[in-house]
Order: sequence, then C-alpha cells, then structure tokens
Amino acid sequence: MIRDLANPTRFMSLSGRLLPWVSGLAAILAGIGLYMVWFQAPADYQQGETVKIMYLHVPAAWLSLFFYMIMTSSALGTLVWRHPLADVSQKAAAPIGAAFTLICLVTGSLWGKPMWGTYWQWDARLTSMLVMLLIYLGILALWRAIEEPNRAARAVSILTLVGAVNVPIVKFSVDWWNTLHQPASVFRLGGPTIHSSMLVPLLVMAVAFTLVGVALHLSGMRTEILRRRVRTLTILEAERLDAQAA
Amino acid sequence: MSQHAFFILSSYAVTALVVLGLILRAVVDHRAQAKALAELEARGIGRRSRRG
Repeated sequence: MIRDLANPTRFMSLSGRLLPWVSGLAAILAGIGLYMVWFQAPADYQQGETVKIMYLHVPAAWLSLFFYMIMTSSALGTLVWRHPLADVSQKAAAPIGAAFTLICLVTGSLWGKPMWGTYWQWDARLTSMLVMLLIYLGILALWRAIEEPNRAARAVSILTLVGAVNVPIVKFSVDWWNTLHQPASVFRLGGPTIHSSMLVPLLVMAVAFTLVGVALHLSGMRTEILRRRVRTLTILEAERLDAQAA
Repeated sequence: MSQHAFFILSSYAVTALVVLGLILRAVVDHRAQAKALAELEARGIGRRSRRG
C-alpha cells in the first residue's frame, strides 16, 4: 500500500477521491460534536460551563502530538527509506501541527484564568507544550530557509527527530513532575476517569478534529506535489530559454 | 455560563479562526499552484519537452 502510494500520480488520484469524503465526514462529525457539547453535555460540578473549553483544548493537544508523530515517521521515511512522498508529508504536516499546538496553548490559557486564576504558569506541561510550538515554528522556518526541496527535507528531518524527544516529555510531564495541570484522564491505565456524558462528546470532537487534520494534510500534500511540479517545469523552461539563447 | 462566557466564547472563536485560516490557506495555495502548473503546461513546458 505504502509502496503503491510512493508514486505521486497515484497518490494524487487516490487522495483526490478520498478528500471530499474525509472533509464531508469531518464537517458532519464536527456538527454533531458541537451539538452534543452545547446542548447535551452537562456542566462540570467544579468547573461549571468552562468545561466546554475541554472539548477544544484536549483534541487540539492530541493533534499537536499526532502531527508531530506523523512528521517523525515521515522524517524516518526521508532519511532511512527515502520514500518520495515522505518529505512532502513532513512539509504539509508542519503548519497543521503548529496551528493545533497554538489552539491548545490559547484555549488552555483561556481555561486556566477562570480555573487557576492565571493565564500562564511555567509548569512542566505548559512549558513543554510551548517548546513544542517553538519546535514547530523552527521547522517551518527551516523549510523556508532552504530553497532546494531535497536538501531542506534532510535538514528538517534531523531537526524533527531531535525535537521528537519533546513528545514523551509533553505526554508524561504531568506524571514526572508536580504540575498545576491535571494528570491524564482519558488515555490512562485503569481507563478514563471522565463520565460518559462528557467522554462521548469529547471523543466525537477528537475524531472530528482528527478528520479535519487528515483532510488538511492530504490537501497540503497534494498542493506540495503541484508546487514541486511547477518548480521542475520552471527550471526546465529556464534551461530551454538558456539553450535557445546560446 | 455568563460568568465565564468571555473565556468560553473566546476559545471557540480562536479555534474557529485558526481552523478557517488553515482551510482558506489550503484552498488559496492549491488554486495558485494549479493555476501556475496549467500556465506552464499551456506554454508547452513539460517533462518530455526536455528531449525536444
């Protein structure tokens, strides 16, 4: 399957057929999720209605890590297996991951003020998440700094693999250090601690966010393939004009 | 709700803005690249044109 998709033309054909379905499903699930959040899910007995922020904050945090994992496997694909679409995937994933990390930080801050009394605290979870955003921004800057796509991909792959050290730090920071941020309450040994009336809308929102992310990733990869074709043809045109002038 | 409405509504507004921004950027960028590619191909620039 992965070998089949190594052909950009085949990928364009398959992704072109998949994209409307993924986007449509994402829109439907987002609608259902938002309805559940605003009209069905109860207020929290301690946090009141501010718990509605959780339905954005938690999926955004998951997607921040999810897209970093996509970039890490793509970096391995670039450096180890030299998969032709690996660096395309890496480049398309970076802005999406950065955007979800930003959403996670902003919504977390807006949730923190009424619950903790502060927008920001330099605790391990919040700080490691900020570091994650800075790594994403560094990767985006590196993509822009090196013009030749293959050279850029190798440099970005190395930076991505170095930055992957931060992923387990983000995930386990609440266990390793004494933080203001609460410990994991969904993906934990012993099962979720959230009541199903909140867990179900949270999972629906998480799947909706994931499908939005996947649709954006597929679309970004398709655009990047076109961008590389444009670059190749522009170089060919310049070579042809040079040959004619000579 | 009213006590914390600012924080809740701001969270949803920021999320909507960022996601819509991503979608808009994806659409605009894709159209720009597709247009550039179509223009190059219309000028007869193709990978096979290297031989000719």
